[in-house]
Amino acid sequence: MNLLWVVLLPLIGTLVPLLTERFGRNVCAFSVALLPAWSLILVLMHVGEIFDGEAIRQTIEWIPSMGLDLSFRLDGLSLLFLLLILGIGLLIILYARYYLSDKDSMGQFYAYLILFMSAMVGIVISNNMIQLWMFWELTSISSFLLISFWSHKPDARKGARMALTVTGTGGLALLAGLLLLGNIVGSYDLDTVLASGDLIRAHAAYPIALVLVLLGAFTKSAQFPFHFWLPHAMAAPTPVSAYLHSATMVKAGIFLLCRFYPALAGTDLWFMIVSLTGLITLLLGAYIALFKHDLKGLLAYSTISHLGLITLLLGLNSDLAAVAAVFHIINHATFKASLFMAAGIIDHETGSRDMRKLNGLMKYMPHTATLAIVAALSMAGVPLLNGFLSKEMFFAETLDQSMLGSLSWMIPLLATVGAAFSVAYSLRFIHDVFFNGEPIDLPKTPHEPPRYMKVPVEILVALCLAVGIFPAYLVGDLLHAAAFSVLANDVPMHSLSIWHGFNIPLFMSFLAMVGGITIYYNRRHLFEFQAQFNEPDAKYIFEGAVQSLIKFTQRIMATLENGSLQRYVFLMLLFTLVMSAYPLFELTQNAGSRPQLPIDGVAITAALLLIISAIATVIWHRRRFLSLIYLSVVGLIVSLAFAKFSAPDLALTQLSVEIVTIILLLLALYFLPQSTQKESSNRRLSIDLTVSALIGCVIGTICFAMLTTPLNSISDFFIANSKTGGGGTNVVNVILVDFRGFDTLGEITVLGIAALGIFKLIAKMRIYVPTRDDKGRPWTKDRHPLMLAMVSQSLLPLALLVSVYIFLRGHNLPGGGFIAGLITSVAIIQQYVANGVLWIKPRIKVDYQWLIASGILMATATGLGSWIFDKPFLSTWFDHFHLPWVGEFELASAMIFDLGVYLTVVGAVLLILANLGKLTTSERVDNKENV
Amino acid sequence: MEAIYAFCVGILTTCGFFLVLRGRTFTVVIGLTLLSYAVNLFLFASGRLTIDGAAVLGQSTEYSDPLPQALVLTAIVIGFAMTAFLVILAMRSRADQGNDHVDGQVPTISNNSAASNSASSNKGNN
Repeated sequence: MNLLWVVLLPLIGTLVPLLTERFGRNVCAFSVALLPAWSLILVLMHVGEIFDGEAIRQTIEWIPSMGLDLSFRLDGLSLLFLLLILGIGLLIILYARYYLSDKDSMGQFYAYLILFMSAMVGIVISNNMIQLWMFWELTSISSFLLISFWSHKPDARKGARMALTVTGTGGLALLAGLLLLGNIVGSYDLDTVLASGDLIRAHAAYPIALVLVLLGAFTKSAQFPFHFWLPHAMAAPTPVSAYLHSATMVKAGIFLLCRFYPALAGTDLWFMIVSLTGLITLLLGAYIALFKHDLKGLLAYSTISHLGLITLLLGLNSDLAAVAAVFHIINHATFKASLFMAAGIIDHETGSRDMRKLNGLMKYMPHTATLAIVAALSMAGVPLLNGFLSKEMFFAETLDQSMLGSLSWMIPLLATVGAAFSVAYSLRFIHDVFFNGEPIDLPKTPHEPPRYMKVPVEILVALCLAVGIFPAYLVGDLLHAAAFSVLANDVPMHSLSIWHGFNIPLFMSFLAMVGGITIYYNRRHLFEFQAQFNEPDAKYIFEGAVQSLIKFTQRIMATLENGSLQRYVFLMLLFTLVMSAYPLFELTQNAGSRPQLPIDGVAITAALLLIISAIATVIWHRRRFLSLIYLSVVGLIVSLAFAKFSAPDLALTQLSVEIVTIILLLLALYFLPQSTQKESSNRRLSIDLTVSALIGCVIGTICFAMLTTPLNSISDFFIANSKTGGGGTNVVNVILVDFRGFDTLGEITVLGIAALGIFKLIAKMRIYVPTRDDKGRPWTKDRHPLMLAMVSQSLLPLALLVSVYIFLRGHNLPGGGFIAGLITSVAIIQQYVANGVLWIKPRIKVDYQWLIASGILMATATGLGSWIFDKPFLSTWFDHFHLPWVGEFELASAMIFDLGVYLTVVGAVLLILANLGKLTTSERVDNKENV
Repeated sequence: MEAIYAFCVGILTTCGFFLVLRGRTFTVVIGLTLLSYAVNLFLFASGRLTIDGAAVLGQSTEYSDPLPQALVLTAIVIGFAMTAFLVILAMRSRADQGNDHVDGQVPTISNNSAASNSASSNKGNN
């Protein structure tokens, strides 16, 4: 069978209600039920195999390299939960049909509900821990949507947020725990993890992993001290409470404990944390439940208490206790879901959930009352009902442990006390609501609900009775199969019968009954006693904590992020300084063993010039033109440095880029203020200077250490293969167009994008065109000087010839597409400078955008071309030919690629500079566009 | 020679960062340009310094490392594109906001504005 479909069908079903909502409520509810029902049938078809102790597995490969598979497993425990999730889910769909009012969006509600259902199904049949966690988070999110379904109510919003915060935080802890487990075992496969229990328990990280996983489970299952979110989640519509907060979602934590029982349980640490948490939760929940006046509040705390009971059982490290825990999961789900539904009916038909107003409803709704009373008796643990059976088993197990040493007797005693309170609040539920005089100021006159609204309650109550009377016959096999997969070995002998003879558990039950009746009888005194205490409202505490956290972060953000980019840059630099300086403390010796080059006079002169110019750039930075001139000196010396240190290609590139950069900055300066006022305080200047100088020292130190360390480069490969593989002797160019051709393709694309971005920025620019410089002198109106125009016009063919030469020889000698492109651009810009935009316009009719696009396309096409010959992208082809007169020459596909580079560079540079230049004239782009 | 080279890189970095920390766009662009010189020289230095060893086969016996050269070559061109983009952005920012401060507005509190006349000499001393 296809386990994938079990989870996929409800997931697809999420969309169904949105589509069928328009056809009326009945059609909508019916269509919604179809896919989960189908899924349930798929599961039921395999009940036989599961009962025989088999587990069905299915794995679909997803990202095998990361160990991520879609992996499913259906065993006894999954089966039990699937029956609860899908079975009770179908009942809830029917119930919600009558519960929701016309004002509520039914499609939306069902969609959320089914989404939640799919997530729960996903949790219980996952066989991969990460996958399990994904579904786990999905339940948190979908339950958030469900709790906040009535989003106009502030209570609903707050309750939903609280639930999401608590369970979401737990989910993160769980993720950490699961990752840790996966790390210990070496696999995220659940089968493998569960089989490695001994390895996990012996591992040093076991306590951390355990606590993290338990945090996930306890937050989800509302265990103390994380229980507070559950009562506030009662702001949800009642079908949601019945489904999520009694039968399924809060059981997800319990499921997690059961699932990881073989891997994590069995240690003292497990016992201490799990059983004591369970015990405290059991007592606290049962005690508070008694004092709740809200019907759903009482049920919520009762749920907390019963979840504590199950947790306590799982914490006892005894096989029989685990069986009892599984049994109580079934029983609690049936009676609590029916009680919630009954509470919903009462709320729906009377308009109130306050037990101080609800009295004597037996007369008005006898049918519902009977159902609720039976369910409540089951909750109290009265014989002949299923609650009694698991409670008996629970008592027997509390007697059978000796983990607390000589104090072990306290656990059965406290368990009896908890059970007595459970009897008391069940009695209160029955007596207060259905008897005890007449109703007081109810908004509506109570009456029986629509017929089919009661059907789900009837089914569940019938189950309570049937399981209570014929336990072994009805749930024996299911319980056995589920317990088998929890324990991962043989299930101990247990007897599912009503009568075990007169023994201590029976006596404890009797004691709890008597105690419960006594407590309820004396409730007035107890209420008075409780009234002395100021009950802390978790909502205010939680909201307060959230608000102060928000204020705290806002304060931090306000100090860090004040909107000043200047400040951000400073902070980032400071951080960089700390991060880069710290490792240098480890470096004890600056100079490495590589022999250093001798110092010569030219080098010293150049270095001095560079240092002086750089410092001059800084000193006169507020006189911008002067600063720019010094900057150009720095750039020239940098290109000389490249030339000296055996990098002719770099020197040529730097030189031509230097020219276009300075022209660009000069043009820009025309539109910007020519000078800067002093703004920074001296204090700020000295701080900035200190930080920059420190960074400079750090970078210089690293640079020196690197320069003196012997070189261990991968470049030998390039040098060895440049001629034979790439067909060129200029290794730098062969790297650019061949070995690392893909990088180059990326880089010219970036260049093209930057140029187009600039074009767009210029096109919409409304900038003030100054007519005077900052000293008030008007810009000259002279025509372009004749001599300059003549000389540059006659130089143009020569310059273009040089660039062709540089381009052609690039593969074997310094040169190539980048440099040739820059030289061509400089030559054309020279014409712009000498003759003006108006002169150029009719003469060069090339559209620079097209130049860029065709360059990139040409380079890409060259790369794609190699696919035709079944070679990888951008493989080069080359061969040598002989022509008469010319002699031997070489043709290579890399030249076409280089031509693409050339065109892109020319296009980009000219697009930028020519458009910027046009801004100064009447040929402005925006004028053209707007006319 | 290595020490001088490293010292120059350090000076360029210092000057570049100091100008980047200033408040006006054009100065920041100048600072970034200085900084990109420093970065390119630094990257180039990862291939160590060689004299008379251009990586052209058959022209010398010992070759300099061609890989950093290839990387720096594209870095120079991309650096130009970035500078151009920034400077146009700075112009656009001035056109749209009416001032050329990096924060989009001129800070109202100006410390020591009275002492502005002596500012350049202060910086010179630093």
